Amino acid sequence: MRHLINPLDFSVEEIDQLLDLADDIEHNLPRYAHVCDGKKIATLFYEPSTRTRLSFESAMLSLGGSVLGFSSADSSSAAKGESVADTIRIISCYADICAMRHPKEGAPLVAAMHSGIPVINAGDGGHQHPTQTLTDLMTIRALKGRLSDMTIGLCGDLKFGRTVHSLINAMVRYPGIRFVLISPPELRVPGYIRKDVLQANHIDYKEVSNLDEAMPELDILYMTRIQRERFFNEEEYIRLKDSYILDTAKMNLAREDMFVLHPLPRVNEISVEVDKDPRAAYFRQVQYGVYVRMALIMTLLEVEKPC
Amino acid sequence: MLNISGLNEGIVLDHIQAGKSLDIYHHLGLDKLECQVAIIKNARSNKMGRKDIIKIEGPMENLNLDVLGYIDHNITVNIIQNEKIVEKKKLKLPKKITNVIHCKNPRCIISIEQELPDVFYLADEATQTYRCLYCEEKYGAKRH
Repeated sequence: MRHLINPLDFSVEEIDQLLDLADDIEHNLPRYAHVCDGKKIATLFYEPSTRTRLSFESAMLSLGGSVLGFSSADSSSAAKGESVADTIRIISCYADICAMRHPKEGAPLVAAMHSGIPVINAGDGGHQHPTQTLTDLMTIRALKGRLSDMTIGLCGDLKFGRTVHSLINAMVRYPGIRFVLISPPELRVPGYIRKDVLQANHIDYKEVSNLDEAMPELDILYMTRIQRERFFNEEEYIRLKDSYILDTAKMNLAREDMFVLHPLPRVNEISVEVDKDPRAAYFRQVQYGVYVRMALIMTLLEVEKPC
Repeated sequence: MLNISGLNEGIVLDHIQAGKSLDIYHHLGLDKLECQVAIIKNARSNKMGRKDIIKIEGPMENLNLDVLGYIDHNITVNIIQNEKIVEKKKLKLPKKITNVIHCKNPRCIISIEQELPDVFYLADEATQTYRCLYCEEKYGAKRH
């Protein structure tokens, strides 16, 4: 039995297989409508995340399975003081697979250690969010036709943004990847990403603070929100949140075949006028998220691909 | 020089960094043993200048070498039988240590589920970096 706790739990080959399956699902959706008939996914969300939870539920329903679960710690036995280990032992009797989001880092790993069913980490605090990374990989591969040989711009909160850290970790495994890290000096990537990931893998990267100058060289621009909850200081949040707003003028500096991704939700870092630009791919990214979660559920449940 | 009698059977932990013997005494749970334990502090050493030594009387089958390896892998472990050294154990940095150090990350699951074992794994041997199994927070360049 396998779990998905960390984006690097799957090898490059396994990710290729998963993305191949997700790609087939995208193009032959009706064929997958009953492959999980009779199977149940439990969505154990100890903190609210409507988007991710609904994506998992939509994925399972599209495979013919059903869903159960809770969407906040208040409505779970955690409110009574039940441990994660005990909860997962109980849920293992109710469902065939589970997706867990928890505010504490490492909670899904603890669940996996005590679980009788596959556990998917649906986000553990600021630590890991592997299905977002898979979504990002699928989106890049679907749009560019490859996961190698490209320049990826990462813009916004690169210090606290876990999606950014996970994406860097995942992309350095492919050849010919170059990063342009665009952020205010206060929100640069942490030292361990620079040293242990980028430098250790001899990755070509540069850190800049001007989005306009970076635009022409990018194949992918990955925008992130500067999250209010990551700041201790409201004044600092207000000072930095509008630093990098993507608008039509900036899009005009970009290549024709560049694509904009965003893990969503956005606040104002991408102007709504950009939405109609064909290179704005963040809503398609949400749809790819469902396909890749369908592929993941099938893979972890060891469901055969339909003939 | 201070004279401590030799051991007939037991273990001598030699080349302990001066001043660290009491940490080791507690980490190994030697305070809970009934047997004789001698702690020698600031012994003269050609190699180290000063060193600590711990002598433990009797067989010690359950000595946790992983803890010792984590605290200081340069310590020499001499096994004594019939007043002679019959084995010198080499210590290595352990791949995993359990309930020796505590994760201080307030966002870690262990901060609310305290019955979980505190497990750290060796993430980088060169820098002797250990990370929490659950949240991967770095414990930092070791030492007590």
